[in-house]
This record gives sequence, C-alpha cells and structure tokens, in this order.
Amino acid sequence: MTTFKVLKFQLRDLVRSRWLLGYTLLLLALTEALLRFGGSGPRAVISLLNVVLILVPLVSIVFGTMYLYGAREFIELLLAQPVGRPALFAGLYTGLALPLVVGFLMGVGLPFLWAGPGEGSGSGSIGLLLAAGSLLTLVFTALAFLVSVLVVDRARGLGLAIVVWLGVTVLYDAILVLVATTMADYPLELPLLGLTLLNPVDLGRVLLLLRLDAAALMGYTGAVFERFFGSTLGTGVTIGALALWVAGPLLLGMRRFVAKDF
Amino acid sequence: MTAALARAVRPPETSRPPLDLPRPAVAATDLTKRFGRLPVLRGLSFAVKPGRITALAGPNGAGKSTLIKAMLGLVRPDGGTLAIDGVPVGEDPGYRARIGYMPQLARFPENLTGRELVRMLRDLRGDAVPEDDELFESFGLVAELDKPVRTLSGGTKQKLNAAVAFMFRPSLLILDEPTAGLDPIANGLLKAKILQARDAGATVILSSHVLSELEEMMDDVLLLLDGRVRFQGSLDNLRRATGHQRLEAAVAALMRLRGG
Repeated sequence: MTTFKVLKFQLRDLVRSRWLLGYTLLLLALTEALLRFGGSGPRAVISLLNVVLILVPLVSIVFGTMYLYGAREFIELLLAQPVGRPALFAGLYTGLALPLVVGFLMGVGLPFLWAGPGEGSGSGSIGLLLAAGSLLTLVFTALAFLVSVLVVDRARGLGLAIVVWLGVTVLYDAILVLVATTMADYPLELPLLGLTLLNPVDLGRVLLLLRLDAAALMGYTGAVFERFFGSTLGTGVTIGALALWVAGPLLLGMRRFVAKDF
Repeated sequence: MTAALARAVRPPETSRPPLDLPRPAVAATDLTKRFGRLPVLRGLSFAVKPGRITALAGPNGAGKSTLIKAMLGLVRPDGGTLAIDGVPVGEDPGYRARIGYMPQLARFPENLTGRELVRMLRDLRGDAVPEDDELFESFGLVAELDKPVRTLSGGTKQKLNAAVAFMFRPSLLILDEPTAGLDPIANGLLKAKILQARDAGATVILSSHVLSELEEMMDDVLLLLDGRVRFQGSLDNLRRATGHQRLEAAVAALMRLRGG
C-alpha cells in the first residue's frame, strides 16, 4: 500500500516538526487560560470556539501550503519511484492532515481532560468543539493541497492561501451582514441560510452553537438556522456540508495532482 | 562546408532503429510538449543506446529538464511517443522500478534521518534485489545516516542523493547535473561509480552544463537546441563532424549552425 507507506514516513517527519509542536502548545495555553479565567459553562466553550474558528483554518492552510511547497522536490523524487499518483496523493494528504488533527485534539482536548467534567459545559459541547475543529483542519488542509497544485509559484500560493482564509473568516461574514442589512425589507432567510452552508467556518460555528442553545449569540443566520432545522437535523446538515467541504477540494486537488506536470 | 556539416549532423528523420541493433534504452519519436503557449519540446526523435553513457547537452531552456521529467513520467508529453526499454511511458508506473534518478537539487523531509529516507524508498519500491551500498560507504555517509537531514551540509545531502540513485541497481540511471555541489573527491568517486554501472550493463543518461568535466567518460552525445535534437551520435562522430577535439568547442560549433 503506497498510501500507507508514504503516510508512515510523513508522520515521522511531521511529529518532529517544531511548527506543529508550537501550534499544539499555543492551543494548549489558550484553552487552559480560557478555562481558568474565562468563566465556566458555555461561555468558556464559546470563547474557545471563536479562537478555534480563526486559528485552526489559518494554521491548517498556511502550514499546509508551506509544507507542500517545501516538499516539492521530494514529491518529485517520490513520483520518480514506481508509485501511482493517486496513492501518493492520498498518502501525502493523510500524512499532513492527521498530525494537524492530533495536534489540535491534544491542544484543546487535554486541558478539558484534566479540568475534569463540570468545568466547561458538559462533554457534549466539548466533543462538538473537537469535532468542528478536526473537520475544519481536514477542510483547510484539503484547500492547502488544492492551492499548492494549482499555483506553481510559492509566494503566490501562500498569498492565495491567506486570501482564502481571510475570505472565509472575515470577508464572508462582513458581506453577509451587509446584504442582510441593506435588504432587510426582503425575506432573506432562506438565501442567507444557503450562503451559510457555503462557508466552512460558519458551518463550524453553527455546528456548535446549535447545541449550546446559544443560536441567538451568532446573530441572524444562527437564528434562522435553528428555526429552520432544529437542533438534530441542523447538526446532521452542517456535518454533511463540512464533509462536502473536505471532499470537494480534495477531489479537485487529486484530479489536478494526477494530471499535472511537475 | 557549412551546409555539408549541417547535413551531416542533422538528426535522422525517423528514429526507428534498424532491426539488427539492440533495442534502445530510451526511444522517442516526434515528442512534443508545450507549457501554456511556450513550446519546450518541438518534435524530438532520438534513441539512446543501451549500456552506454549518453550526455544530454544543450543550453539553458533547450528542453533537457523537460525531457528528463518526461522520461520519469513527471511531465506528460502532448504528442509523439516515448518508450523506456520498448515500453511506452504511460499510466503504469511499474517501469520506474528500473530507473535510478538523481535530481539536480536534493531536498528531503527535514526531520527524517538519512536511514529513514532510505527505508522509505526501499518500502515504496519493494525491490527484492540486494542493495548497492557502495556509495554510502565510499562517501562516508554511514556515520551521517542517523542525523536528521536538516542538519546535513549541502554537499552531504548531494552525496545522499547520489547514493540513493544507485542503491537499487537500476538498469537506467538518469543523473541531472550529478557533479554539481560535490567536492573533487566525491566527484571522482561518483564518476568511477558511473563507469562501473555502465560496465555492469546499465544505461546512463546524464545532463550537465559543464561538459568538459564529464567529457572523458561519455560515449554518446544527445544535443538539444530550442526543443529539437541538434545532434545525436557518438562523441567520436561529433568530433569528426565538427573538426573540434574538445567537446565544448564541438558543441559550440553546432550551436552556431542554429537553423542550419
């Protein structure tokens, strides 16, 4: 199994990466601080959610593209071996995404673990927070792959990665709010709902807030979302949409990886 | 004189080898490749003879790297045919098990050790052949194998790069600027190794900008110019056709006939 062989050695490489260690320690410190000083109950989880929604996509897409551009010559050497491209791609993706997911789970999960239950707001919402962060890691690593196979130039690729991150974390919501306020006289609930489904970061937010009964805290789209779907169906739909956000960029990236010239 | 010389060095119209010759190690017919609107290979036809050392020569931008990448399956040609040992280069990656590739620039995952790198390639190839460790020993790499690649000097990485290319006893060696970045001693060791591989029956294709450095060991020359084959044949024929003994002068004479 080529995929597994590549994955195995890439894990060994990344586990020793100082960047990955730094990321885990940063999450650990932030989580610990928020748990101690950010109050208990849903408030701590919501504060943490906002950190996770900004930091996880940023680190996943930037670290991912940097790693892939840095590994370009090595990937060429691997391609010169008797291995197929799809299997190699699968190995490279899992080898990159898995350490990032594990780093995230450790950084955010461990403080909750040693704080014990009762802190935070019950294991359900923590589990959802961990799930949302893990899914976002998978989404943005897939986007990192897509960027690195589409853009040859390293600086441009890194720039595009940051633009993508800015787009989904900051610009998208700003535009959504702008649309909602300027067209407040029209029935915009369903279109806005659709637009929320198009943004992975919003999906991560919705996933958690539906469960925290704090839908009102996320403003307009959150309220619409809860009214339309209710908690259970809403959770299913958001997870499904996030899965599509993993699969879409990944399949596009794989197709390009298989066809492209190195 | 000039016209006669141009005729003499013009590549043959078809590259189909006569039946009594051994099958070429690499054969191309009308190979074309363009990147966007830029044509890089403009109808290459050539045959690399097995068991010989062929120098892939030509100025920057002549298409040497693209041709090497096409042989490795890294670049997909737009048209024409390309075959290694008579097998067309295509979707099946199996043919690459017979190739040892030394890229121009050695960059390995930073946090892996040399030993892990070797193990990874061994895993990926799954070859049963006993490995050739000679270069690891003569280059003095054995003591460096347990250090992370990131801590190795550029020259040591390049030695590792070379040793890995020979490790699986390939029947076709593709060496891209093999002597760049190596000290004179390592350089000599590598040259001896290349000759030894050839004498054991391997085909060697090497590209180099510094032709004089490798002149003493090459058998054949494949000269590319502007994405076309400008000359192919033995070094002796090249010397005879151009009247120059030194390879660099001979190649320069051919390049002046651009468009011939």
